[in-house]
Amino acid sequence: MIDVQQITKRYGQHTAIDRVTFSVAKGEVLAFLGPNGAGKTTTMRILTGFIPASEGTAKVAGFDCADQSLEVKRRIGYLPETPPVYQELTVAEYLQFVGRLRGLSGSTLSGAMAREVERLGLGPVKHRLIGNLSRGYRQRVGLAQALLHDPPVLILDEPTVGLDPKQIIEIRELIKSLAGSHSVILSTHILPEATAVCQRVVIISGGRIVAEDTPDRLSARLRHSEKIALILKHAPAEAEVRMRQVPGVQQVYANGPAGSFMLECKLGEDIREDVARLAVTNNWGLVELKSISMTLEDVFLQLTRHEEGLSQGTELATESAVAAVQDKVESPL
Amino acid sequence: MTPVNAIIAKELRSYFVSPVVYVVGAVFLLIIGLLAYLYIVFTGAQAIQLMQMQGQAQINLNDLVFRNLFSSIRFVLLIILPILTMRLFAEEKKLRTFEFLMTSPIGLNEIVAAKFMSVFLVFLGLLGLTGVIPLTLALFSDFDWYPVLTGYLGLALLGALFLAVGLLASALTENQIVAAFISFGLLLLLWLLAGLGSLLGDTTAGQVISYLSFMEHYDHLVRGLIDTKDLVYFGSALILMLFLAHRVVDSDRWK
Repeated sequence: MIDVQQITKRYGQHTAIDRVTFSVAKGEVLAFLGPNGAGKTTTMRILTGFIPASEGTAKVAGFDCADQSLEVKRRIGYLPETPPVYQELTVAEYLQFVGRLRGLSGSTLSGAMAREVERLGLGPVKHRLIGNLSRGYRQRVGLAQALLHDPPVLILDEPTVGLDPKQIIEIRELIKSLAGSHSVILSTHILPEATAVCQRVVIISGGRIVAEDTPDRLSARLRHSEKIALILKHAPAEAEVRMRQVPGVQQVYANGPAGSFMLECKLGEDIREDVARLAVTNNWGLVELKSISMTLEDVFLQLTRHEEGLSQGTELATESAVAAVQDKVESPL
Repeated sequence: MTPVNAIIAKELRSYFVSPVVYVVGAVFLLIIGLLAYLYIVFTGAQAIQLMQMQGQAQINLNDLVFRNLFSSIRFVLLIILPILTMRLFAEEKKLRTFEFLMTSPIGLNEIVAAKFMSVFLVFLGLLGLTGVIPLTLALFSDFDWYPVLTGYLGLALLGALFLAVGLLASALTENQIVAAFISFGLLLLLWLLAGLGSLLGDTTAGQVISYLSFMEHYDHLVRGLIDTKDLVYFGSALILMLFLAHRVVDSDRWK
C-alpha cells in the first residue's frame, strides 16, 4: 500500500532523512520510532504530499506522492503533530467542513460524522467551539478528521500525545481495530505504544533507518543472553554459589536488595525449571521467578545511541544497523 | 457542496464569528458616511452661495459629491482591506492548519480562489451597504446614475485588486501584522507609481509607469468611462497577484 524507495530530504546543507526505504502492506500497522528530530515528521510529510522528497520515490496505493499528489491525498487520512483544528468552529461544523473538503455530502457525510463522533467519544462536546476544548479533546477531533472519509491509508503523527491514560488505551484499541482494513503508519517516541499496537517497527535515528522488524523479533535479535530474576525469602549464603553450578548459568548477580538475584544464561537455554527445583528442594523460600526479556526501550536506546556506542555494539545490532554504521565509516564525514 | 464552496463557507463563518469584520465594517461605513455627509453639506453651502449671487443654481451632484466620494473611498480601502486579508494564509500557518489544508484532496488553485472569493464577498457586502448613500440622495435630488454605477464597478475592481495584493502578502508570512504592513506597502507603492509617472510626463517610461498604477484606470471608471484598456488592467493585475500568491504558497512546501 505504501512503498518508499530511497527517499532523501535535504534542507540546504542539512539532511533531514537519508535514503529511507520501507513499505507497508495492506492492513498493516507500522510504527515509526525515533528520538525527536530523527526525521519521522519529514517522512510523513513526504508521504502525504505536503513536501516533495529531494531524491527517491514514495508511492501510496500505486500513486506517486509528488506527481499524483491529489490521488494520494484522496486516499490518506493524516493527523499532523499539532491537531489541525479551527478554533472558531464547533466540532460538528469542523467535521462537516472536513467532510465537504473531501467530497462527502448528504447522508454519507452525516453518517461518517456520527460514526467518528461515536468512535472517539466526542458526543458531549459536539456543539462546543474547538477553541474551548482541552488538549485531549482537540487531539481526538484531529483523529476524527483523519478517519472521517474512511481512507485506506492512515498517517498519524504521535496520535496519543496529550491524552490521559484511559484515552491512550482507547485510541490504541481503535488503531488496533483499524488494522486489517487500513494501512497505518504511526510515529511515536513512546515505546510501549509501538509494542502494543504495531505489527512492525521501524526505528529511525539521525534520518536513517537503523532497524526494522516485529517488536518481538527486534528485542530477540538484540538480546545476547537470557536473564532471569528471582527472589528468595530465606536465601543462605551459599545460594549464589549453588545456583552458579546449575548447568547453563553463566553469571549470578546479587547486587540488588537482600534475597534478590539475577541469573544470566546462554541464549536459547531455559534454566527456569532447574533453578526453581533447586530453590524449592532446599527450602529457600522462592517467592518470585521471572524471565526478563529485553524491552523495546532497551533496543531503542541501543540502536539510537550516538555513533561510538553503535559501532561498539555492532554485533548486537541488526543487519541494517550494521550497514548504517559501515556506511558512516566509509563516508568521508 | 463542492470543496471550493466548503472553503468559502468556512472562511465566511470564520470572518463573521471574529470581531474583525464588525470592527472593520463599522469603521468603514462610519468614515464613508461621514465623508458623504461632508461633501453633501459643502455642496449645499455652495448651492446657497450661488443662489445668493446669481439667483439660481445648477448643482451637479455627480461632480461635487460622487466623484469626491469615490476618490476618498480609495484611500479608506487602502487602509481597511489589508486588515481583512491579513489572516487568510498567515493564520493557517500560525495555527498549523496550513498543512491540513495542503494535504486535503483539493488543488492549490482552488484553495487560492476560494480564499480570495470569501474575502471578496465580505468586501462586496460592505460595499453594498454604502449603496444607502446614493439611494437616499436619489430621494431628494436628481443625478446621473450611470457614472455612479461605473464608479461602483471601479470600486469593486479596485477592491478586488487590493484584496489580491493582501492575499499575496498574507501568503508571505505567518505573522498577521507583518502581512498587513506588507500589503500597505505594496498598495502605497502602486499608488505612488502614478505620481512617478506624471513626473516623467509624456515619455514612454512615464506612460508605462502611469499605466502600472491603478489610479488612472480607476479615475476613468469614476468619470463614467468604461474602457476595455482599464478592464484589462484590473483583470490582468488581479490574475497576476493571485498567481504570485499561488507561487508563494506552493514554494512554502519546499523550504
